[in-house]
Amino acid sequence: MEMTEATLTMQSARRGRVDPHRSMRAYDADADLMLLHFGPQHPSTHGVFRMDLHLDGEIIVKATPYVGYLHRAVEKLCERLTYVQQTPVVDKNDYVSPMTNEQALTMAFEKLLGVEVPRRARWMRTLFAELQRIASHLLWLGTFALDLGGALGGGSTLFLHCFRERELILDLFEEVTGARFHYNTHLIGGNRHDLPAGFAPKVHAALAIIESRLAEYEVLSLDNGIFKMRSRGVGVLDGELALELGVTGPNLRASGVDHDLRRDAPYGAYDELAVNVVTAQGGDCFARTQVRFGELRESIRLARAAIDGMPEGPICGHKPIRQPGQAKATGGQVYVGIETPRGELGTFVVGGGDTPTCPYRLKIRPPSLHALSALPYILPGATVSDAVAILGSLDPIMGEADR
Amino acid sequence: MSALGHGALYGAVLIAVMLSTVAVGIWFERKFAGRMQSRLGPTIVGPMGLLQPLADVVKLLQKEDIIPAGADRALFNLAPILATIFSLGVAAVLPLSPRMIAADLDIGVVYMLAIGGLMVVPTFMAGWASNNKFALLGGMRAVAQSISYGVPLVLAVLVPVILSGSLSLAGIVRWQSEHHWFALWPVIPGLPAFALYFMAMLAEANRIPFDIPEAESELVAGVTTEYTGAKFTLFYLAEYVHTLVGSAIGAALFFGGWDGPFAPGLHWMVAKTLALFVVVYWVRWTLLRLRSDQLMELCWKWLTPIGVALVLFAAAWVQFAPQGAL
Repeated sequence: MEMTEATLTMQSARRGRVDPHRSMRAYDADADLMLLHFGPQHPSTHGVFRMDLHLDGEIIVKATPYVGYLHRAVEKLCERLTYVQQTPVVDKNDYVSPMTNEQALTMAFEKLLGVEVPRRARWMRTLFAELQRIASHLLWLGTFALDLGGALGGGSTLFLHCFRERELILDLFEEVTGARFHYNTHLIGGNRHDLPAGFAPKVHAALAIIESRLAEYEVLSLDNGIFKMRSRGVGVLDGELALELGVTGPNLRASGVDHDLRRDAPYGAYDELAVNVVTAQGGDCFARTQVRFGELRESIRLARAAIDGMPEGPICGHKPIRQPGQAKATGGQVYVGIETPRGELGTFVVGGGDTPTCPYRLKIRPPSLHALSALPYILPGATVSDAVAILGSLDPIMGEADR
Repeated sequence: MSALGHGALYGAVLIAVMLSTVAVGIWFERKFAGRMQSRLGPTIVGPMGLLQPLADVVKLLQKEDIIPAGADRALFNLAPILATIFSLGVAAVLPLSPRMIAADLDIGVVYMLAIGGLMVVPTFMAGWASNNKFALLGGMRAVAQSISYGVPLVLAVLVPVILSGSLSLAGIVRWQSEHHWFALWPVIPGLPAFALYFMAMLAEANRIPFDIPEAESELVAGVTTEYTGAKFTLFYLAEYVHTLVGSAIGAALFFGGWDGPFAPGLHWMVAKTLALFVVVYWVRWTLLRLRSDQLMELCWKWLTPIGVALVLFAAAWVQFAPQGAL
């Protein structure tokens, strides 16, 4: 592929830092760059995401991401609903990991309202969060393989196998909550559904199957020559830039930054369950895959520890908060951040206002949006094929980014 | 019967056989892929889903025929027809059995490479005429890929040509049935040459891991993005026929074609062809896709030098090997 001067300048600039806000005229002196609207109706944009790619041949010179195609005014909706009505709404934010959405919102409300959560409920939430992390990472691995290998090829083989294992987790959740996906199981002050009898052996059986098959997926991905060629050195995000942009979660840890809210600001049962934070060096797509494989194994360990050490006791405060009148705040503001499969999901709530049963203001900090904000920095210099891989490796969920 | 009548008759039969093989091939691939992916594949239409290809074709033909505004209508319509003609055209020199050859050309190998090489023209035509940026990128990739991989393909095919001293496909098969299969002996130029041929064939037929012109996760559907209905079906058909014919030529050049004990030659040829065809599927549903620059690197830095070395080795073998070893 021929490298024009503009491309070479871009690549040398990339070693320093790309300026994503630079005018196109700086690159396009001869007006021979192609503008490609990548998305929102494109099979690999993980929902409805759009990038405007300025291409020199197949090499990206400038990338401009556009979000908002899936905006559903969730935050505004939450301000109009009472505190007890909101878990089903935020379930749909990060539609790959609903459990952690509920957990983040409920924890923020509990902190605002000053409600204590029984120990068993906290352990159950931790168990659910770790199982959800396994399901979410499995889905990510499958879709990443689709991005690299095509829907009509080896990619879909890995994808469908990952889905098969993800089903096991969804079956477990269905047994607890009755729902396969949008669970609505978190209450302010506890949990709505207790674990059914004989649940622990089923968790162990499912985790044993998933653990044994992870090795197969490693052969198909991390150990595969083509996978290595496609992911090594692609989409390098250095730790400093990641911290500046607020990138969190596996994407940050793949850049060598040792940061995990489960260990650094423990919540739920993490004060009693020690988390081994998985990091990798390199910051490329390969490192992001390594981190997620490590987290899959770590989550399996944590889920086992959580179900084995599950304490007895009530799953809710002595009086469950189910009526709007039971949850009232006259003021105050809180921020709670938890570590979801995608990074730090923060919820900022201001109480008070005209109706004390509704939040005055609610703001969600989605990790996917911050991950997407890295794209204009790491895409220039890559090819169109790499763009798909890089986008997929960041694991963005547009429902969460756009809310 | 005159030569022309003979050719026309066999040609008609060959096309009918090819098309029905493709239909069964589609069913088989869907079942095969289903089993690989721990699902069932088609089960609804007919017993074991056997009528699924028919349902697929009926569905595809019912679709609205859309020609995008701004497309070059003539080229847009011509491209799928040419793709079908060129892919089926190669089949004319296939030696199915000692007497079943539509056209036993003296230069069958050259004909095959020439017509097969023309496949890039309709692909780029489609990419250019669609007036779509994804299709254009796909067309550009297709040109680069087909022309590059034409080189290792020719070099790989040259090895059996040199070893047998014949440019006729039937002649090469005849030589193998009298002596030995080239994939088995001489092992050094034979087996690597087959591997080289197989990879180049995958690239020429746009199969994973080399299906870059239509990389659907990157380019939506590449050159076929704007095609619907019957025209899309023709492209789909051309791709299948290309793979099938490529497998058949591989079987003829390296695995002795119709040569084999106990059964008629035709059976052996079909069995060998289908075995290679299954390997293509197997690779397709296992591997991921390469990037286009990595594809070029693989071609020019590895496959082409290896091909040159194999050709030189084959020439040296013919020149210097002791009489008994041939």
